[in-house]
Amino acid sequence: MILPIKLAWIQTISLWRAGALRVLVFALVLAVAAITAVGFFTQRVETALNQQGGLLLGGDIALLSDHPIADKFEKNAISLGINTVKTYEFVSMVVFGEASQLAEIKAVGQGFPLRGDLTIGQKISDTGNVVKSVPNAGEAWLEPRLANLLSLKVGDNVEVGERKLRISAILIREPSRGGDMFSFAPRLMMNAADLPSTKLIQFGSRVKYQLLLASEPQKISQYFKQATPQLSRGEKIEDVRNARPEIKLALEKAQQFLGLSAMVSVILAMVAMLLSSLPYIKQSLDTFALMRCFGTSKNTVLHVLAMQTLIIAFFSALVGVALGFIGQFGLAKLAGSLFLDELPPVSSAPIFVGIVASIAMMLVVVLPHAWQMRNLTAMNILRRETLKQASSAQAKFLPAALVMCGMIFWQAHDTKLAFSTIAALLLLCVSIMAISYVLVNLVNRLFNLSPSNPTLNNIKLGVLGLKRRFGLSTVQMIGFSMGLMVLMLLALIRGDLIRNWQASLPIDAPNRFVINIQAAQIKGVKQFFERQQINNATIFPMVRARLISKNGENIAQTQWKDERAKHLAEREFNLSWAATMQSDNKLFSGRWWTPEEHGKPYISLEQDLAKTLGIQLGDQLLFDIAGSPLTLTVTSFRKVDWDTMRANFFAVTPPGVLDQYAANYISSFHLPIGADTQLNQLVREYPNLTVIDIAALMQQVRGIMQKMSSTIEYVFAFSLIAGVAVLYAALVATREERIAEATLMRVFGASRRQVGIAYVAEFACIGLIAAFVAAIAANLLAYYMSEYILNIPFQLNVSLAIYTMIIAAMVIPLAAWLGLRGFLNIPARQLLNSI
Amino acid sequence: MQQPPVIQNPVTYAQTPNTPATNAPAIEANNLKYDFVSHDNQIRILQGLNLTINSGQQVAIIGGSGSGKSTLLSLLAGLDVPTSGNIQIKSSPFSQLDEDGRAAIRAKYMGFVFQSFQLLPSLTALENVMLPLQLKNHPNAKTLSLEALNKVGLSARIQHYPKQLSGGEQQRVAIARAFATQPAILFADEPTGNLDNTTGQMIIELLFNMNAEAGTTLVLVTHDIYLANRCQRQLKLENGVLTELTTA
Repeated sequence: MILPIKLAWIQTISLWRAGALRVLVFALVLAVAAITAVGFFTQRVETALNQQGGLLLGGDIALLSDHPIADKFEKNAISLGINTVKTYEFVSMVVFGEASQLAEIKAVGQGFPLRGDLTIGQKISDTGNVVKSVPNAGEAWLEPRLANLLSLKVGDNVEVGERKLRISAILIREPSRGGDMFSFAPRLMMNAADLPSTKLIQFGSRVKYQLLLASEPQKISQYFKQATPQLSRGEKIEDVRNARPEIKLALEKAQQFLGLSAMVSVILAMVAMLLSSLPYIKQSLDTFALMRCFGTSKNTVLHVLAMQTLIIAFFSALVGVALGFIGQFGLAKLAGSLFLDELPPVSSAPIFVGIVASIAMMLVVVLPHAWQMRNLTAMNILRRETLKQASSAQAKFLPAALVMCGMIFWQAHDTKLAFSTIAALLLLCVSIMAISYVLVNLVNRLFNLSPSNPTLNNIKLGVLGLKRRFGLSTVQMIGFSMGLMVLMLLALIRGDLIRNWQASLPIDAPNRFVINIQAAQIKGVKQFFERQQINNATIFPMVRARLISKNGENIAQTQWKDERAKHLAEREFNLSWAATMQSDNKLFSGRWWTPEEHGKPYISLEQDLAKTLGIQLGDQLLFDIAGSPLTLTVTSFRKVDWDTMRANFFAVTPPGVLDQYAANYISSFHLPIGADTQLNQLVREYPNLTVIDIAALMQQVRGIMQKMSSTIEYVFAFSLIAGVAVLYAALVATREERIAEATLMRVFGASRRQVGIAYVAEFACIGLIAAFVAAIAANLLAYYMSEYILNIPFQLNVSLAIYTMIIAAMVIPLAAWLGLRGFLNIPARQLLNSI
Repeated sequence: MQQPPVIQNPVTYAQTPNTPATNAPAIEANNLKYDFVSHDNQIRILQGLNLTINSGQQVAIIGGSGSGKSTLLSLLAGLDVPTSGNIQIKSSPFSQLDEDGRAAIRAKYMGFVFQSFQLLPSLTALENVMLPLQLKNHPNAKTLSLEALNKVGLSARIQHYPKQLSGGEQQRVAIARAFATQPAILFADEPTGNLDNTTGQMIIELLFNMNAEAGTTLVLVTHDIYLANRCQRQLKLENGVLTELTTA
């Protein structure tokens, strides 16, 4: 076994020196670097985002319950070394002298929050100081709004239930302020030790019990797995993903894009590998043929080839992993600057993944040749008789194609995305073959008609080169086209994604909600908007209703498949009405009502809700509104863009349907920071109004989006490098043959200009066809992905397609020409010796 | 098992009379020197040789391995430039021309047959033959190429790729390619060097028959005495010096 290793080592070194391995190794290193860098990074970001999300929850995960949480959950957590703290949230009146106000009370244990920190001040106008503590027993902290409403200041005493608490600080910022934003009332935070003495928590009290947990991701994951089966009715475990849908969406899209970028880099690197493997295979086969001539057995030759493959794969993987490790620091720096804490440390998993991927990719390139070589004589190999078998030549790409498909599935993390990418790649291959075939014949005919102009003849020679090397030129075009397609796809998606994020959260996006507006107060609220020059605020009506039955079938008796459906069916709906559909809603199916249909018992539902509850168009839904039944017919489903932060409704009726029911109103608007005083005046005027401030939350979401935009740009750079590698590999793949042809052309009397024109014409065609097909495929795929996977609006980018075609038609021939130019200056005789 | 090709227009492999040469010089070389520089060593391959080859003449250059035969042929064909001295083709300066100028002369007057055939693997037999004609934008490239392939007995193999042809067949394609352009001068570098005796013999007959038919000047480099003897003149290259073996 020592001999094959020695021989493999010697041959690998020789191949490296001869230059046959460089592009192959470069492509392999790049693939491994892309896989590991994105692997390292996404893993760290995942952990960090969970922690960031943890800031919003106050812990990594939260066990929520509508009844006291059993001790076993806390004990289990402690036994795993997880930090825990309990909180209790409920709504109650806060009394100060004669004044009282409904507030959301949060009683917290020592150690809260496990993630993030609180900001408190001594006055409402304070910017505040960060603290790592909670109110002492007998003390309470109030949100500025509550202090405003009750004209409270630090040092005053308030009553919460039967307990008097001294106000020791104004609670400026509580990152964990989350949950259902429409249940918000101003916050009072107190120590959990004081809770019994308030005597507010009695049997049947509506309290949100929460056990917050924080630790390393593995422990949290282990706990999650252990605790989930033990959950009983009314208990659930939340992490940031299900706690905050707006952040979840932003994170999911960013992660999909990162996955997509990694997938693109891997596709490109594999294409580059396949293209650059041709010279490597040729040289290896020559050597093995000679070894066979010199009496080496087939098995020894195969062992040497296997060892050589492993050596190349292993060392490429080492370099790739090292580069990936360095590369992810750049990613981490971009991402980390926006996180509150540093990114968590790197784990070793991506290293193994990189090495395994490297060996797999290398094996699929070499194995088919090795397999075929087993049955060939030395003379067969020397005469390249392996290439005669057309069917097996195609079969040689099959393992690589399968591994590439596997890699796409693995990196995409999404079946739909993987399938659509593979479909686009197949479409691209078929289109290129068809288009180049048609073009070659067309050009042939056109030139046959043309006069014998020498320049045209040279161009014709070049274009006909496509026909002469149809197989190789097609491979080359597919390589270029795949490179261009995926890069264009990334550029398109990246642009759409970032544009969509920016558009979904513009600087003037609503950051305040006012709820509980009564009909009589609408005029006053509108006057407030006028005074504040708030022009785009709309006031929406809301009527509370409970869904009773669907087509006569009682909802309560229906067995729901999942908890979400059960929760949706059992909760109270806020029915609203509207004459026209909101701008951030899109009709999914059915139709919106006409003015003549106002007052008819119709209802439009949000499509996800309808799907979850199994509601079809035309279904009759019976609602209970304050004891009165109302039957409504489902006439349309809407797609709602929830991440616009505007007030939106699951269920909407035409105007006039709900007139007889008591409604209150909601509005959302943008108020610049520092304009709260005027808002407080409004609240003083109408004390029943509840203002929900989501400015801080929006800032956090915006921060995550910004951070993700930066990382996306960085990962995109990886793909660009991989794209250049494909370009280079595609040029190298046919270079030897083109040099041979150019040399013979010179021997037969072609001038360097003639050779140059033919060469540039051929590559201009290759570039144009590749870019043309790539532009179409990229736009189709981008459309599909935007619409059906990422759920962002697609924007056809014609200028990008045109620029790409122009650049490809210029850069590809230029690069090819630069590669050949040197050889045109070498005397033909010297080249003849080497071809 | 592949069937042997059917030769459409079989040539006679009997000894053909040598084409009478005219007195007009096709190639003239004066005081030709060529140095080969490797690292710090300068090796003189050609020691200032003079040579005149008249139109229609068949000239064999013989010599041992490494004697510089192929180098001389390359210089005469303008594939390389001499260190000093000059070459004239059809009484016009040649070696002083730049690369493209020499290429234009090659396109006009010369054809080539190489020891290793030098067929492009991605082109069919027909396309390989058509290539030099296409370079000239010849209107009848295909017809002439088909005729040439017919003459070498490969009309049934026109769509075959070099790898699908035997060594002898590949060299016949190369000969068809060389004659398709109807060159005034044909340079042949060890045309039988890669072939077995029988095939080599067949190629020689074909080469000389076609040469006789076209009246081409033939410059042949070989170490095969039998092949050299088929030519009107035999020149021996030894130690960079050219010696005429035949008497005028």
